Amino acid sequence: MFPPLKPLRLIVIGASAGGLQVLLPLAVVLHLPDDRNSRLAELFQQRLALRVREAEDKDAILPGSLYFAPPGYHLLVEDDFTLSLSRDEPVQFSRPSIDVLFESAADALGEQVCGILLTGANQDGASGLHALAQNRGITVVQSPQSAEVPTMPEAALKRFHPDFVLDVPGIHLLLIELERDHG
Amino acid sequence: MSERLQDIELRLLLEGIFLRYSHDFRNYSKASLKRRVLQALTRFDCPSISTLQERVLRDPALFAELLQFITIPVSEMFRDPGYFLALRQQVVPILRTYPSLKVWIAGCSTGEEVFSMAILFQEEGLLERTLFYATDINPRSMEKARQGIFPLERMRAYTASYQKAGGTRAFSDYYTAAYDGVLFDKSLIANVTFADHSLATDSVFSETQLVSCRNVLIYFNKNLQNRALGLFHESLSHRGFLGLGSKESLDFSAYASHFEPVVKQERLFRRL
Repeated sequence: MFPPLKPLRLIVIGASAGGLQVLLPLAVVLHLPDDRNSRLAELFQQRLALRVREAEDKDAILPGSLYFAPPGYHLLVEDDFTLSLSRDEPVQFSRPSIDVLFESAADALGEQVCGILLTGANQDGASGLHALAQNRGITVVQSPQSAEVPTMPEAALKRFHPDFVLDVPGIHLLLIELERDHG
Repeated sequence: MSERLQDIELRLLLEGIFLRYSHDFRNYSKASLKRRVLQALTRFDCPSISTLQERVLRDPALFAELLQFITIPVSEMFRDPGYFLALRQQVVPILRTYPSLKVWIAGCSTGEEVFSMAILFQEEGLLERTLFYATDINPRSMEKARQGIFPLERMRAYTASYQKAGGTRAFSDYYTAAYDGVLFDKSLIANVTFADHSLATDSVFSETQLVSCRNVLIYFNKNLQNRALGLFHESLSHRGFLGLGSKESLDFSAYASHFEPVVKQERLFRRL
């Protein structure tokens, strides 16, 4: 179903309103109220066969792990394949911001990263995913008609043509494909 | 291709700033620093980091502007109220046993943390006997801190945090509102010494019993984090306290074995 895919080191995912059902690996920004005792990692750990954690500053990115951005902090990818956090001002009214994660991943890893932008009610992530495309990473946008809230996917599609526009089962298949190529 | 070039330009800019102005950003976390420098290009109308470098090296006033830009102060009062509550409940009772105290607030920015700490010490009867050192690399931020003027619109959020932090009075007792700003009671910072101090290049200046340095280390790489933690370790007296930001830790640092957690969740540690 997919053309041959490049070897990857990281998948970055961004979602906002309505995005809880569809997450797989690896570094994830999910817009949430700024409550620092987020139970996201706990919740997802129960459902996934991955090591799930809320990212701590300077965490090494390990295989088989999923890192959530902590509420109130931007999550960034460093070029030594670690994660860092920042308390800089919100971007697109969001902290964590999907743009910040995607742009830093694009800068640090170039074509070795796949960015997936899911459902959401604002414009965050569009410019970051575009940056990923410009750095030749693989870009995926959830099809607006399949998204609970289509604003975020639509904002990305207005800017550029991603490699894939898929519904949730399609994204799932793609992730399996990426995993297989990785293994 | 262009982005590798940008990395070279960024390194040259930081090296130039260090040689010219002695401000050392060379060991900052790269991703967020680069983001800010790229934003500065737009702000200062420069087509490339190299252009910015040339202008900054020749124009100290522009460097002051850039410093403001790349150390963007984002702070709030009683941020992470649980931290202040833990200080009040677990640390203050021990601090009370000292006849005099010295507290270092490292990376004090525009002073929100300084006023929060001073209010807490006032309510716990420790303010009179405490000398605070509030340090930062950005003189303009510290000037704002000294003035003690904060936006009125933030007071509602600050009041809620103050209450969650165990505040014992009405928060409005501490300030006077005028127009869209509030002026905090200057007596709160009568014992505060504001000083230009860099965790990257300066050394320890005093023995202290408490160091609070929150959401500063996240901007440093591992080497610089270790340098800063070394300074805190050296400054703290035996069994002194160290408070970090809610996502900062001593795990994997060179000083992990030199501290024990007091309230792990709130990132409060004690020197061994």
